[in-house]
Amino acid sequence: MRRGPVTRILGEHPVGTAFVTPYVVFVAAVFAYPLGFAVYMSFHDYFFAAPGAIVDRPWVGFANYVTVLTDPAVQRSFLNVLIFLVINVPLTVILSLGLSTALNSAIRWRTFFRVSYYVPYVTASVAVVGVWLFLFSSNGLVNSILGPLAPDPSWLVNSKLAMPTVAFYVTWKQLGFFILLYLAALQNVGADLYEAASMDGAGRWQSFLNVTVPGVRPATTLVVLLATVTGANLFTEPYLLTGGGGPDGASASPVLIMYQKGIEQGNPDVGSAIGVLLVIGVLILALLERRFVGRED
Amino acid sequence: MRLRFVALLIGAFVFLFPFYYMLIGSLQAEPDPSVSGSIPTGNVTLHNYSEINKAINLGKSLINSGIFTGGVILGTLIFGVLAGYALARLQFRGRAVVFNLMLLIQVVPFQLLTIPLYVMIVRSYGLADSYLGMILPFAINSTAVFVFRQYFLQLPAELFDAARIDGASELSILWRVAVPLVKPALLTGVLLTFIGPWNEFLWPFLITKQQTLQPLAVSLSNYLTTVSARAANPFGAVLAGACVLAAPAVALFVIFQRRFISSNISSGVKG
Repeated sequence: MRRGPVTRILGEHPVGTAFVTPYVVFVAAVFAYPLGFAVYMSFHDYFFAAPGAIVDRPWVGFANYVTVLTDPAVQRSFLNVLIFLVINVPLTVILSLGLSTALNSAIRWRTFFRVSYYVPYVTASVAVVGVWLFLFSSNGLVNSILGPLAPDPSWLVNSKLAMPTVAFYVTWKQLGFFILLYLAALQNVGADLYEAASMDGAGRWQSFLNVTVPGVRPATTLVVLLATVTGANLFTEPYLLTGGGGPDGASASPVLIMYQKGIEQGNPDVGSAIGVLLVIGVLILALLERRFVGRED
Repeated sequence: MRLRFVALLIGAFVFLFPFYYMLIGSLQAEPDPSVSGSIPTGNVTLHNYSEINKAINLGKSLINSGIFTGGVILGTLIFGVLAGYALARLQFRGRAVVFNLMLLIQVVPFQLLTIPLYVMIVRSYGLADSYLGMILPFAINSTAVFVFRQYFLQLPAELFDAARIDGASELSILWRVAVPLVKPALLTGVLLTFIGPWNEFLWPFLITKQQTLQPLAVSLSNYLTTVSARAANPFGAVLAGACVLAAPAVALFVIFQRRFISSNISSGVKG
């Protein structure tokens, strides 16, 4: 077939450009532009003004970043999200890989198990938070079962336990999604590899370590990455579960502080600076994770 | 084998118990957090449901959730299918760029864009307290676009070549040939998309101050943080609202659970 100059420049089906245009406009308006706008605000003295009003919003360099980085509440929130990730990410990988491996074998009630693991993931956090508050309150069911072992002050109002409890909550809530990812990855680990391993006399545990774990490594990289992004996005849980990041900021997340400073207190420039720092932090973490989890041995 | 089964059983209990407890708690007149209270004996009432309905108008909140979710699903079905089809089946300049953009978006932490989006949508465009402002940031679900693309890719190329030789336009090929063949993908896409706005909290919370426009997730959380302290049985009412919020998503998922089998959603994730 002869390819004219138009085909060479626009491709064989130029109508494709028209088909993706609404989506590209959407991405530009809702992702790309706001991202640039956030960076812009973080370097200016930006404040809310009446629509259409012409106001001076001078360039302030790194002033907003200095404000943010020297603020103990912000420092605490970044530390909190690290505590969160240290608990949440390894726990998510271990539990979802373990449960999906068990689920992948021929076992009774597979559909029932799969559905029950997925139910928390499809349910609104606002709804589930209600029942967790009830379960983990001072005289709630969990403490009733623990009896004298119950922590004092109780889970969500204990400055040492609030963030770990939030991390456990999110692990529980999101696990179904990650089990699903691992189940997909497990379909790709060849049965011949397991046969070869058992010929070599490997037990079940050994073939899990030597065949399954390396076989699903790309999925593990993805799970770690997505769990990190979810952790960075944390807002609803500290806002509702621990009454706005309590006690005394011990479970405040960066997004919660960003909301309080940016919108409640009317400093979108400071809020944006927190957002930009958080994105940079996530990017660095993601690169590190790719390096250490995604490497081939 | 038995060990695995027991592990899975314990897992299922941990995952399902809070939901059982939610339902039980919503039906009890008096909150009973003791161990024996988790197995109710009598004392069952629907009073909590009328209590929460008085406080936040469940019907109106559900309609708001429905409009928010419906708008996002509609946008995703129309524009997402177009984009997914083009990415799978059409050769045009910039296709690789759009495809990579779609993948990149999956890892952008959306909450981080809330401040600029808030300034733009609420302050600049004056779309606070409107359905449009609620829907806009979610209007096309990128994961669904990805799912659509995967399904369109699996269709045989001869099908499209034949239709093109017959002189059909791409739009009519998409509408008459491709879409009828990927109906399961559309259902998967709709279910995936549904979870997002139905459960979303932060964005509608930021832009709706009028209670008459708030989706259920927002009005319930406002009740949770402010009003519940004054109610006679606060946990009962909260749990009743939680059941109403959870029920549609859980029901849809249980009915269509086959559509959530891993291979449908994460075919791009495999190693």
